[in-house]
Amino acid sequence: MATMKALVCRECGKEYPTKAIHVCEMCFGPLEVKYNYEEIKKNVSRTKIQDGPHSIWRYADLLPVEGPTFLGLHAGMTPLVRAKNLGAHLGLDELYIKNDTVNHPTLSFKDRVVAVAITRARELGFETIACASTGNLANSVAAHAAAAGMRCYVFIPGDLEAAKVLGNLIYKPNVVEIEGNYDDVNRLCSEIAGEHGWAFVNINIRPYYAEGSKTLAFETVEQLGWRTPDQVVIPMASGSLLTKIWKGLHEMKYVGLIDEVRTKINGAQAEGCSPISTAFKAGRDFFKPVKPKTIAKSLAIGNPADGYYALKATAESKGSMDMVTDDEVVEGIKLLAQTEGIFAETAGGVTIGVLQKLVKNGTIKKGDLTVAYITGNGLKTQEAVIDAVGRPVRIQPSLVAFEKTFKMGKNGGGDS
Amino acid sequence: MIKVRIPTPLRPLTKGQGEIETKAASVLEMIEALNTAYPGMKDRLCDDTGELRRFVNIYVNEEDIRFLKGKETSLKDGDEVSIVPAIAGGTSCRM
Repeated sequence: MATMKALVCRECGKEYPTKAIHVCEMCFGPLEVKYNYEEIKKNVSRTKIQDGPHSIWRYADLLPVEGPTFLGLHAGMTPLVRAKNLGAHLGLDELYIKNDTVNHPTLSFKDRVVAVAITRARELGFETIACASTGNLANSVAAHAAAAGMRCYVFIPGDLEAAKVLGNLIYKPNVVEIEGNYDDVNRLCSEIAGEHGWAFVNINIRPYYAEGSKTLAFETVEQLGWRTPDQVVIPMASGSLLTKIWKGLHEMKYVGLIDEVRTKINGAQAEGCSPISTAFKAGRDFFKPVKPKTIAKSLAIGNPADGYYALKATAESKGSMDMVTDDEVVEGIKLLAQTEGIFAETAGGVTIGVLQKLVKNGTIKKGDLTVAYITGNGLKTQEAVIDAVGRPVRIQPSLVAFEKTFKMGKNGGGDS
Repeated sequence: MIKVRIPTPLRPLTKGQGEIETKAASVLEMIEALNTAYPGMKDRLCDDTGELRRFVNIYVNEEDIRFLKGKETSLKDGDEVSIVPAIAGGTSCRM
């Protein structure tokens, strides 16, 4: 377990105890966990990690929990897939897909952050867990709350994909659908969190919750044989995932697990909701909130809380940002499925679309060791591609009908 | 009167009150009025140059004032204002 010293305001440096708070009382800046790195350096090693559990908890020395871990025992350690076919198609020699479409138990990267958040919430004595969500987070919170036997409230926008709504109801939490978009949900939840003593994983537990995303960086480096990638492409909603992958890489260097970080961080958004990418392209270090309009609903945050830090991390790493149209999102989903056999949700289409753009415009070069983060499963966003994948061929149950349809002779034909 | 919802971090200034009524014709005037009634409020909401701090969101009748006229957004009797801190995680590579 990592030793936490305090929560510290990222803006003014004021320190707070490691409780369920997320905002500096003085300047409203976000609070972040301050670790005792001297202690961590003594404890952590490659061998200890490799001998640890096959889950995010192998990196427990770098995560903000104190007690024993009882949740998320199978979260993380998802495949890092060498994407030879997609790489060849795009013109990249060494492309990998970090495949969180198969994360346990709810098929998105949110299973990482929720495992950390609920573990910490329990340590702090909470019995009710809640979240504001674009879908994947709610699914994960509901599932983990069921497993932990905790009361649960999930708040979602009114226009979510059917599978993401069902993916809450099945665990029987209180599902609250808000007539509005995610930014409305988020504002309301911030106000509810102030009135009720619940653990909102992405509000008052956020300093701990967000740290769980670092495991995507840790795993990538370990799975690459303790090397950092040259380029990563990361989808952005609030921007938190991107900033935490950047932090995770540097933390590994700081505690001596790797010698150098040479990774360029690239952020991906959909055109219909691209406040962060738009700011980056305009050379601004601040963003203008937007009203989202895109099929990539999991990324549809018009007022991205970590946008400012995502811009900073990307600039520090000398990386880039870009955005793609909804049509390009669908093409990206199909391309990944048809080259690598991985069915991603819309956010994955955004990532692949932007990866393609960055290769075309020369930002990512042929020889760059590149990792694309695919954070959610396509079965949850079927509406996005249902009109773009054709229909099955329907025939009578006869050999003749089959061979006629596929124009095969008796002994001829192949698998065409 | 304008109804203003006060977030937890500012409640020490309002003696724990989560909702306050005030008179103001704009968001700017509202901040001044709050500061008169609860000294220190303005410093918490605005930076040295008088601009709203980066992590402060203000909503008038549920709408983000950045989609309206920012601090100049006008207020009328019966309006409801929410002050909500942004929920960034923040991150740094300063270990």
